[in-house]
Amino acid sequence: MSLTIVVCGSLVPDPLQSLIPMPTPDGFGLKNEMMLPHVLDPWAAHALYEAANLAKKVNGKVYLVSLGLKAKLQQSMMTIAQKVPFELVAVDASHSGFSDSSAVADALAAAINSIAGLDKSSLLIFGGWESASRAAGTTMQIVGEKLGIVDQFQGVDEILLNSDGSFQVLERVEGGTHQVSVCSGPPAVLGWATGNLPEPPNNPQVGMLNMRIVMPAIQQAKPATIKDQALTFHNVEVPAQRRQTKIVKDTPVPEIAREIVEWLRL
Amino acid sequence: MEMLSTLPSDDIRAIMWRYSDRFDLQMLVHSVRAVARGPVAQAVANGARNSHDWTEEKANLLNAFDTSGITSLFMEPEQGGYIAGPKNLALAIAAFELSWVDGGSATGSLAGNLALEPIHERGTPEQKQYYMCGAVPPQPGENRKILRGAFGLTEPLPFVGVETGLLGGKVRVAAWNEGEEPLLQVDKRGRFITNMDFANFVCAAVESDDDRIKGTCMIIVEEDDPGLFDRGAPTLKLVHQLSSTRDPIISQQVPAHRIIGGYTIQDGIIVPNYNHSEIIEAVFKRTRVTVGLMTAAKLLSAVEPIIRYQRGRFRGGNLEPGSPRYELGIQQKDDALHRTVTIWAMGEAAASFGFEGARLFDELAPLEDEKFKIFNEQGIRGGRAEFKALKAKEKKAIEYIQLKAKDQTQTARYAELESDPLVKYVAIDSLANVLCPAIKLWNTGQGATIMREAVSLMGGYGITEDCPGFLGQKWMDAQLEATYEGPEAVQRRQLTITLITPVFQACFQTWIDTLKSIAQSRPETGAEALATAMELWRYTLNYLQTRKDTHGVKLWGSARQGVTFPMADAFSWLAASYHQILDVVELALNGPNNPAVVEGLDSTIAFFSDLCMIQVARAVGEAGRVCTELFYGYEVDGHDDTEFIEFKTKADRLTAGAGHARDRAGVALTRVMIPEALDYPQ
Repeated sequence: MSLTIVVCGSLVPDPLQSLIPMPTPDGFGLKNEMMLPHVLDPWAAHALYEAANLAKKVNGKVYLVSLGLKAKLQQSMMTIAQKVPFELVAVDASHSGFSDSSAVADALAAAINSIAGLDKSSLLIFGGWESASRAAGTTMQIVGEKLGIVDQFQGVDEILLNSDGSFQVLERVEGGTHQVSVCSGPPAVLGWATGNLPEPPNNPQVGMLNMRIVMPAIQQAKPATIKDQALTFHNVEVPAQRRQTKIVKDTPVPEIAREIVEWLRL
Repeated sequence: MEMLSTLPSDDIRAIMWRYSDRFDLQMLVHSVRAVARGPVAQAVANGARNSHDWTEEKANLLNAFDTSGITSLFMEPEQGGYIAGPKNLALAIAAFELSWVDGGSATGSLAGNLALEPIHERGTPEQKQYYMCGAVPPQPGENRKILRGAFGLTEPLPFVGVETGLLGGKVRVAAWNEGEEPLLQVDKRGRFITNMDFANFVCAAVESDDDRIKGTCMIIVEEDDPGLFDRGAPTLKLVHQLSSTRDPIISQQVPAHRIIGGYTIQDGIIVPNYNHSEIIEAVFKRTRVTVGLMTAAKLLSAVEPIIRYQRGRFRGGNLEPGSPRYELGIQQKDDALHRTVTIWAMGEAAASFGFEGARLFDELAPLEDEKFKIFNEQGIRGGRAEFKALKAKEKKAIEYIQLKAKDQTQTARYAELESDPLVKYVAIDSLANVLCPAIKLWNTGQGATIMREAVSLMGGYGITEDCPGFLGQKWMDAQLEATYEGPEAVQRRQLTITLITPVFQACFQTWIDTLKSIAQSRPETGAEALATAMELWRYTLNYLQTRKDTHGVKLWGSARQGVTFPMADAFSWLAASYHQILDVVELALNGPNNPAVVEGLDSTIAFFSDLCMIQVARAVGEAGRVCTELFYGYEVDGHDDTEFIEFKTKADRLTAGAGHARDRAGVALTRVMIPEALDYPQ
């Protein structure tokens, strides 16, 4: 069985940076956003690692459809491209967290449709269930709808392929438990939670191979407009408590848990 | 006025350090950084440095190096590497990123390359094929043991370091049967040999102890060769504890084809194709630049932890957010800001200086290969013959340098000179012979001193294991970097010789001209003050070279280290500052073409220009002090000092505004946005 896995993944500012919302001429943004280092959205990153792992097992192919400003895409690819083999499809548009998930999904679906020779009967669409910037939780669902893919799973932690082409999916549900579903086969949309795989180490040889395709893909990225004139943010702020960073060493797990609960109750 | 918004991004660094057009190097940055700020930082935070022994945790770092491509970085693609061509800049970047967290990890990584360097530079094709390919980590499906090497030069006491001409290691013929390859007995006791805990081969420097072997050579011994391969006792280092260092004892028999570079039999005598000095010269010529960059990384890595510490110094008590004391902490005071700015400025200069050296050696490498080829074809061999052949190209090399500096690269004459590889080699080699020791000397020596300042700015925290950024350890590590691969005296001695060559002096004149040109468009960098200080230094040099003291002894000479060494130091201050300015000019020139850095670029350039000015003022002061001490220090009956005073006064006056630059940079430190936390453990 051969699969084509398209991973939707955009960029977010490095979570370690000070992320301060502020108004800009183009609406809300983050302070010094263009100057901050960016990373692949951690949720999408899990999806990418799972996709590569799955593709390796079935001799499949992975596309990464990434929406972001060209300049930032290029910088971020210096890391992402070293993780796993993929072919990049770049969309040149703002990756700001202050955009509408429907417009983003439109652009992603159009980019996926533009992949030459894409066979939807063997297609799995992966992405982050959530996002470290938008956290709308709706983008992947809309992408699936736009592509006419109705089998959708969100909060996925595991996919197991069966010999008959069907697959079993583990989805997160309430109370820290999982729901097990069996799908008869592709196409399907899987919005990933964290999955089970660690971040792969950087492999420069993989990176060198990827970059031969990545660089032209970024150069040829088609611009997309995702700004929704009807969407207005009147006020945005990050709760100060949630931005408190504390660095501690050798703290027992129960103590960490106790502190978190205490903090949540504040 | 718009101030520096964030700490410099990778895009800005790629432009300044000239690898923005090379994605292989940009990927390398991230690849090495992940190891440095991941397993390396974790090991340091776990206290792995608190042991001289080679622990499992330290050994695991080798796996991290292997999987991330650090180990195979040195190799060519056909040998299993992934970057083609010269790799001085690539290795420098790797060392810089590792040293950002821990110098010992960088040393461990570099030492494997150091062991391969003799083979890479002078090895036979068979030696290169076997050892270079073998040192690449096995790929999936490959069943072989990776080769890891050690470079065995340093001798047991009393021959520690410096005098590399004295070798305690011996080689003699163990057996030489008619028609067979000679079997050699190698006896070597090493001291401070890096990687000895796990090395399975050693490239050892030895001298003949047998009439049937001529001179000295470097030879490869493997752990399984018959005889004694005793890894020796761990060196009780106070620094760089993440690298393995021991004092090995080797007494083994090896076939003669292990002589690096091969040998010939002449009149019944084994004559190595290269003596150990020729090989060492080729090796250290390159690797010392990288060491200089290791200290530069320490200085720049100190900035963020210091700013965070200063701002947060009074938080946690009853202070309310929003008050100046809460928000700025120690940054309310000028002194803390100015000292931090000094560290940053020194770090910028050291990095600019070091990366220029690395790039230069990448430029030199193919020319050196070409030179070897030409000399082989012409039958030119041996130090004196080679020197004579290159000497004949000096005038053309000077002309080449001058035409290039005047931007006359479209002329027929330039094309003619450009087409002669020996002319280009002489031009670039003369510069490399200056930059290499100057970078090693200044970056590490002055870097160690300024790291003490960084530690002091962290208060009592600075000298604890918990200090963010491991600044205390870095301070100590910097001292080792000033010592290994040739201590400061060795670098000063080399500069004494290489600074006064006519070819380098021609190059130096182009530096002065360049600075004067920059001063027209970017006076805020202090370029003119630096140009004038260079003229002062050169005037003093010429004076010292032509004068004698009251005893009739020449002031300039190899025995006159009280004169020559300070001049080498003074030059290094000026040279570092020069390259710092060039990098800011490069950013101003090419930054606007990169959309990723356009936002905030003007304020970044303004801040970096202030750092240049601050550094220039310091360099002018240091160079001026040395020149004054030497110019007047040996005066007997008075001499005309009109011109000296003119240069000195002019240089001093041209530093006007450096105080304002320091104030501005200090204010920028109070406003620059830094990450919420350091991106590696503490």
